[in-house]
Amino acid sequence: MQVIDAITNFYEAHNANVHRAVHTLSQEATELHEDAREKVAKFINAKDAAEIVFVRGTTEAVNLVAYAWGLRNLKKGDEVLLSLMEHHSNIVPWEIISKITGFTIKYAKVNEDGTLDYEDFESKFSSKTKLASLSHVSNVSGVINDVKRIAKVAHEHGSLMFVDGAQSVPHIPVDVRDLDVDFLAFSGHKMLGPTGIGAIYGKKTLLETMEPFQGGGEMIKDVIFNQKIGSCGIYWNEPPWKFEAGTPNICGSVGLMEAIKYLENIGMSEVLKYEKMLTEYAVKTLQSCCTKLALYGSSDHTIKCGIIPFGIVGLSSHDVALFLDTYGIMIRSGFHCAQPLHQIFKLQSSARASFYIYNTREEIDRFAKVLKEIEQS
Amino acid sequence: MLAIEDYIARIEETCGEDKGAIVTFKYDKKDEAIAKIRNKAQLKNSISGIILEFAFQGISFRVFSSGKVIFRGINKEALREILAALLL
Repeated sequence: MQVIDAITNFYEAHNANVHRAVHTLSQEATELHEDAREKVAKFINAKDAAEIVFVRGTTEAVNLVAYAWGLRNLKKGDEVLLSLMEHHSNIVPWEIISKITGFTIKYAKVNEDGTLDYEDFESKFSSKTKLASLSHVSNVSGVINDVKRIAKVAHEHGSLMFVDGAQSVPHIPVDVRDLDVDFLAFSGHKMLGPTGIGAIYGKKTLLETMEPFQGGGEMIKDVIFNQKIGSCGIYWNEPPWKFEAGTPNICGSVGLMEAIKYLENIGMSEVLKYEKMLTEYAVKTLQSCCTKLALYGSSDHTIKCGIIPFGIVGLSSHDVALFLDTYGIMIRSGFHCAQPLHQIFKLQSSARASFYIYNTREEIDRFAKVLKEIEQS
Repeated sequence: MLAIEDYIARIEETCGEDKGAIVTFKYDKKDEAIAKIRNKAQLKNSISGIILEFAFQGISFRVFSSGKVIFRGINKEALREILAALLL
């Protein structure tokens, strides 16, 4: 309700475009939007709010860096390192750009239990590596990756480190300065916020040297028509606005700020602790009552967030999801936009139960009861 | 004249498995659509009365009481043909 109330209040009392006008509503909207940026910066311990660029979500964030940085800095002979557990959003933009500029993408292995093969990842770094990009938490297995370790190795090789924080920022304490990553992206809708809003953290020195992603609106400082040559001289705004073309999702940033306030009130360490408790409880409950159920990936809840990929013998993941849906239990089924990881698991697809702070042990009991019913039918 | 669109709200391709499709019936038409399927297709299996497995013209598919149907390994054209044969 807190987030919904904040959005409603924005539209009822402060709705105007930001950074555009001198009138009161515009000033209020601008203040709220920039307060949200400050809030996001503090939440992930960025040094400066100027290091936070608002985007639609993690996917747009990866595309922003791939196009604004990659297109101009990656050339034939260069290498980008990814892992095979990445979400398609952290694979496809790099593959698209590699086809344009000719750089090579190397994929680090993932172990059969879904954990990262750190030795393989680290062995793939060389002087050719210009950027490594890794998910902080797998959206399929829930495994938490030691991105701090990889970032250290990346920097030793002169490479940048990009972290897909879509599944980590909502669930675990994230400190970008402690991790020493160059970019970190996340989405609001996975952390109690609205859809269509997310943010990318980028070190200020990097954002300052990068060219814009899209043109128009707030990303411009000056557009001066030169009569002699018949064209416009264009001067970019400072980061972060240099990367925010057009009218931003203002109610989205307001909603995200409120979601962060809510999470801060609980404390991210408490969020993680609660999710680990739920995951451990769910794994034990499912293992004890379901005989045809297969849990995929690591069962070590100490290295996981609240995600459990599973399958039921004789049923497809979609069958399981639709069965559960009739009981009001909603889970994902399919590849979860991570097909390469399913190839490693040797699976056609998987069902995925995921937990957050609003879930309870009673809900897990009910979930297990329905799964048992499917098994017995 | 009736068309399959009168019954169907959405057809979505599934990922994984054998590249199937999930057909979602319009809420106010789902009971009628399921009844038509029951009349024309052969019921092979029932799981808790929630998943009904049917066979029709050599194709197996699963109907859910919530008004969704999963077809597997079938292309769009063939899917439309079988839906027309079942519903019209």
